[in-house]
Amino acid sequence: MTLHLEQVGVVHGNGRRALAGVDLAVATGERVALIGPSGAGKTTLLRVAAASLRPAEGRVAVLDAQPWSLGARALKALRARVGVVHQAPPIPPRLRVVTAVLAGRLGQWSLARALRSWVAPADAPGARDALARVGLAERLFERCDQLSGGQLQRVAVARTLYQQPRLLLADEPVSALDAATADTVLRELVGYSVAAGATFVASLHAVDLALRWFPRIVGVRDGRVLFDLPAVDVTPERLAALYAGEESAPAEPPVATVHGATLPLASA
Amino acid sequence: MSDAAVLRPELRDPIGRRRLGWAIAAGVLLWPLLRLSEFHPATLFDPANLHVMASFVAGFLPPSTEHEFLGFLLTATLQTLAMATAGMALAFLVALPLAVAATRSLSIAAVGPARGRWRGQGVRQVVRLVMVLLRSVPEVVWALMFARALGLGPAAGVLALAITYGGMLAKVYAEILESADARPARALLAAGSGRLGALCFGLLPLAAQELVSYTVYRWECAVRAAVVMGFVGAGGLGQLLDQSLKMLSGGEVSSIALVFLALVFLADAISLALRKVLA
Repeated sequence: MTLHLEQVGVVHGNGRRALAGVDLAVATGERVALIGPSGAGKTTLLRVAAASLRPAEGRVAVLDAQPWSLGARALKALRARVGVVHQAPPIPPRLRVVTAVLAGRLGQWSLARALRSWVAPADAPGARDALARVGLAERLFERCDQLSGGQLQRVAVARTLYQQPRLLLADEPVSALDAATADTVLRELVGYSVAAGATFVASLHAVDLALRWFPRIVGVRDGRVLFDLPAVDVTPERLAALYAGEESAPAEPPVATVHGATLPLASA
Repeated sequence: MSDAAVLRPELRDPIGRRRLGWAIAAGVLLWPLLRLSEFHPATLFDPANLHVMASFVAGFLPPSTEHEFLGFLLTATLQTLAMATAGMALAFLVALPLAVAATRSLSIAAVGPARGRWRGQGVRQVVRLVMVLLRSVPEVVWALMFARALGLGPAAGVLALAITYGGMLAKVYAEILESADARPARALLAAGSGRLGALCFGLLPLAAQELVSYTVYRWECAVRAAVVMGFVGAGGLGQLLDQSLKMLSGGEVSSIALVFLALVFLADAISLALRKVLA
């Protein structure tokens, strides 16, 4: 079991409840998409799963460990095995692309190696390989402030791929990308999770992408799990209920056309 | 016509009255302080005082270019620069660990928050206290003390600068680091990075320019402080200035003043160049 959330509840500092009684169990190697209206609690749920937000209620197990009862060293080691693609790429604009990617392995590197890599990139070939997967190999030595917003997000994806996490979490990883690039980036993330046997949980705004790339869909609304179903069983009625009252409710999500055919890496 | 617009209550700036109030309060607070510091600008323009000042300034001209004195001046300048630079280097070594320890954006336990958060906050408080203690005593006082212990010479000034400037640098470094966007560093910490990794890859790229320009500015201040400490026996330009003043040789004093001017221009040029490199 990679991820085990039991009756998890979170109330943010401003008093707003973000999660209530969330149960979620994700097996090793599984791919799960979180969908739901904005403000439903998807980001909070991912932060809990990443062991970077401690829920006030409930129990959490990540990669077979309970993060909040671990000592500092063990927690650090656990976090190094969890990779997160953030909604807004957390990369300082003045960093070079190669350095931004290499920072993905800071949790695994010794301090000496990290400092050496800060002065001169320690593993440029590795960074280049990760960048090649998101189509940015030739930007290796450019500065991040010379990239567009979408390219910067792809650098952040490359950083997480370079980290080689056992649990891959992504918060709206492709919402800043055009449709074609979004599909490519998701294919790479899914490809990594299949090849490495890593668990992949992502929140997605675009329901069609969720249904295309993820066999299991969790609908979140008002901090609760509304449904937790195989993608084939996600009907337009369920989606309508999930997004009820939302302006941007996806009209007629392409449920029927989704399965199997477009899944990549059949060979993997 | 425009008067009518001003009088309409809904067009009146709602915080205008509050701003006026603060301005008046600041004036009321400042006035007694000016009295207390015996600040009477009018006396500056009293004809008798103007005459005294004019003859004093006239004594400074022309700047001394005497060969032997210029030799002394060069040695003293190098000594002052060496004192300031060595002092700053030591102060930097003192400040760096303190600043990193005091910066909340680099707290691993704050992610979550995890166990040890309270201990972390306790450590930060102690570090802040150390920073206050280091910079609370002026460097001249330390220099006086060290000059007694180590004998006259720049070594006392170097130690004095290391202590006082170490505290100052640590405080401002920590504040600069805290005011940078914390999210990149937080993301790295949440991915298992250590404190220094998050500093180098997450925080420094955002704050480097400001840190460097503040450091160069502090070096400039250290040069001035090194001059002042020369008066209490730490050597360099200060000691030379002391001697020239005592011997009432205005030309030498103005030559020394020109060197001060050149040093500040130098610091400014270095700062600009470094900012350009880091832009």
